[in-house]
Amino acid sequence: MSSARSVATLDPGRSVVEQLRERVAAMERRPAGEPVATLPGLADLVPLHAGSTYAVDSASLALALAAGASQAGEWVGFAGCTDFGAEAAAEVGIELSRTVLVPDPGEHWLEVTAALVDVLRVVVLRPPATVDERTAGILDSRLRTRSAVLVVHGRWPRVSARLSVEESGWTGPTSGAGQLEERRARVAVHRGARPPQRADLSWPGVRPVAPLVDPLTDRQVREIRRA
Amino acid sequence: MRVMVVWCPDWSVVAALEEADRSLRAPAAVLAANVVEVCNGPARAEGVRRGQRRRDAQARCPELLLLPANPDRDVRAFEPVLAVVEDLRPGVAALRPGLLAVRAPGSWYGSETAAAATACQALVETGVWDVRVGIADDLFTAEQAARVADVQSWTVVPPGGSPSFLRGLPVHVLQDDGARGRELVGLLQRLGLRTLGDLADLPGDAVEHRLGAYGATVRRRARGEDPTLFAARTPPPELDAAVPFEPPLDSVEAITFSVRTTAERFVTQLAHHQLVATGVRVEAESDGVVCSSRTWLHPRHFTARDLVDRVHWQLQSAGSTSGAGGSLRARKQVGVVEAPIDRVRFVPELVEPAAAHGEALWGSASDDLVERGVARVQGMVGFDAVRRPVLQGGRSPAARQALVPWGERAVDLRPVDRPWPGRVPGPAPVRVFAPPRAAEVVDGAGREVRVTDRGVVSGEPRHFRVAGRAEGTPWQPVTAWAGPWPTDEGWWSGGSGPSARFQVVGADGRAWLLLRAAEGWSLEAGYD
Repeated sequence: MSSARSVATLDPGRSVVEQLRERVAAMERRPAGEPVATLPGLADLVPLHAGSTYAVDSASLALALAAGASQAGEWVGFAGCTDFGAEAAAEVGIELSRTVLVPDPGEHWLEVTAALVDVLRVVVLRPPATVDERTAGILDSRLRTRSAVLVVHGRWPRVSARLSVEESGWTGPTSGAGQLEERRARVAVHRGARPPQRADLSWPGVRPVAPLVDPLTDRQVREIRRA
Repeated sequence: MRVMVVWCPDWSVVAALEEADRSLRAPAAVLAANVVEVCNGPARAEGVRRGQRRRDAQARCPELLLLPANPDRDVRAFEPVLAVVEDLRPGVAALRPGLLAVRAPGSWYGSETAAAATACQALVETGVWDVRVGIADDLFTAEQAARVADVQSWTVVPPGGSPSFLRGLPVHVLQDDGARGRELVGLLQRLGLRTLGDLADLPGDAVEHRLGAYGATVRRRARGEDPTLFAARTPPPELDAAVPFEPPLDSVEAITFSVRTTAERFVTQLAHHQLVATGVRVEAESDGVVCSSRTWLHPRHFTARDLVDRVHWQLQSAGSTSGAGGSLRARKQVGVVEAPIDRVRFVPELVEPAAAHGEALWGSASDDLVERGVARVQGMVGFDAVRRPVLQGGRSPAARQALVPWGERAVDLRPVDRPWPGRVPGPAPVRVFAPPRAAEVVDGAGREVRVTDRGVVSGEPRHFRVAGRAEGTPWQPVTAWAGPWPTDEGWWSGGSGPSARFQVVGADGRAWLLLRAAEGWSLEAGYD
């Protein structure tokens, strides 16, 4: 889809032939699995991969996940987001001229999302009601044959990673004085049965407050190795 | 060369009245910068004059209809007049809206009088009732001849008769030549020159020394030696395309399929003139009557496929207006039109040079793919269910964005680069509720928090909840708040009254933007 653009981003430090070989190998595999551009602040926490589904529980996380691809020149879409904040999207780095919005797909939400997945790189979906396994399966199988990422704002049966905001706080306002300035949130990334990975992020800008903390797993791995 | 001039007096007023669908007999004036630019006969009879200020004109004639100046409209309205005269004699030159010149058609109509009468008749038949025609040896004389003619009448100055015709005219006929002419009229009157004949009798070099090049030109004109030629226009090419159906079709799918070739021809025809259409009117006729007409604007330019899509949507929405009216339609409603269509027509309303819309050398394959995919979604849920977000200026978060239907151009956006005093600072809210949801905010004693007209808050917000669906929504404590940001929008035209915005942080660390207006609290946006 974006071969002309990505050829330009070859790493000059490495052998060109090798990099092209990697790329050809990636293309021959299948579109799924190809890395998708992610915001630098989120790249360590949740590197996006084409063909995968990610669930979030906050609109700002959904915007942040879509922003990386949009900044890299890809098209993104939002389905079912009736309360889309265009200004906030532009602030986080989404290029509005490459954004498709279907605020109210109604009963056709599944077909609409499937059609958007065909042509866009990142699709943010807010499913209208509870989604059963079968419906999710239809979309997942479509997703695997395309090079798109599905970000679900809400509940979804099977996801690669689920991001949730655990603690959140704003600096700025007190009792009447000041204004909202900076938001800090602890984001937990759940991947299957693994213990969640946590990181403190700050808005605006979606930057990690401190280097990634993952003490639990690190310690466990070390203990297991020692044993 | 004999010249025929057709003059439609006060054309700006005529065009404006026709556009406003008002009677031509009402006193009316077209104003530019609060000064009367043109007024019509009934207004003149009441004492309204060109150059008067608005209040002076209204003092003379209180029922005066004031119309805004719009040069484009005048030109547009004059186009049919040009076409009528062009039918009689090609080579028409539009001198300005309301005035056109053409080489006088002599012997074809028998005589020049007969030609003038034919032109008058043809124009009156098209609804232009105030027409005056003048025929003379040169342009200036012909224009003056038209100006002395009566309504729907003509003046023919015989060959070689220009000097004697112009001799008797007062100098203030030069006023119509703009500011330069008005200045010269004042000067000539102060010099004691009352008629064009007086000016024509002066020696040429003396006039040039005293009055400059323009004065010399006027003197030559007054002597009937006007050398001005006019450039006849080339009639604009017919760029619209139509497809008739015989027998008429009543299924949207069949119509869409049949217009494909015509749409391609339409685009190729424009491309042949090195043009692309950015606005196209699609008309569908049923039984010879236009039953559906709509102008579509394209953010880039129309291709044949886009046009076919527009026909599809237009006919589909025309067929389902009797239904729910929403953007979502039941599938069985789709595909039936109200009456069988026997003709579909594409009219280019906005065309631009193709060079301004050239594609990149390597094409834009990915964008094309997206366009096609989005068109498919539009086919499922209706064309206006797919939106493109754009930013605009405003104070509330909902006013600062617009969701434009995909494939349409954003029009009437408020400028972003203005200060918009009263808007809430800080990061933009991620969730924007349009329309806002009802909410409640109370202080420590459980009383509703109010804001006076001066922006004084009655108590500190302690608890808030979003009312609405469930009555039993729990109250949430306020951990921090900021505000108020008072605004009073549109107070000069009966706006919504004074209101104030607050940023409120709840116990769960989420922030909300709440609005206190006269009718109570509402939740405008969330910083999720």
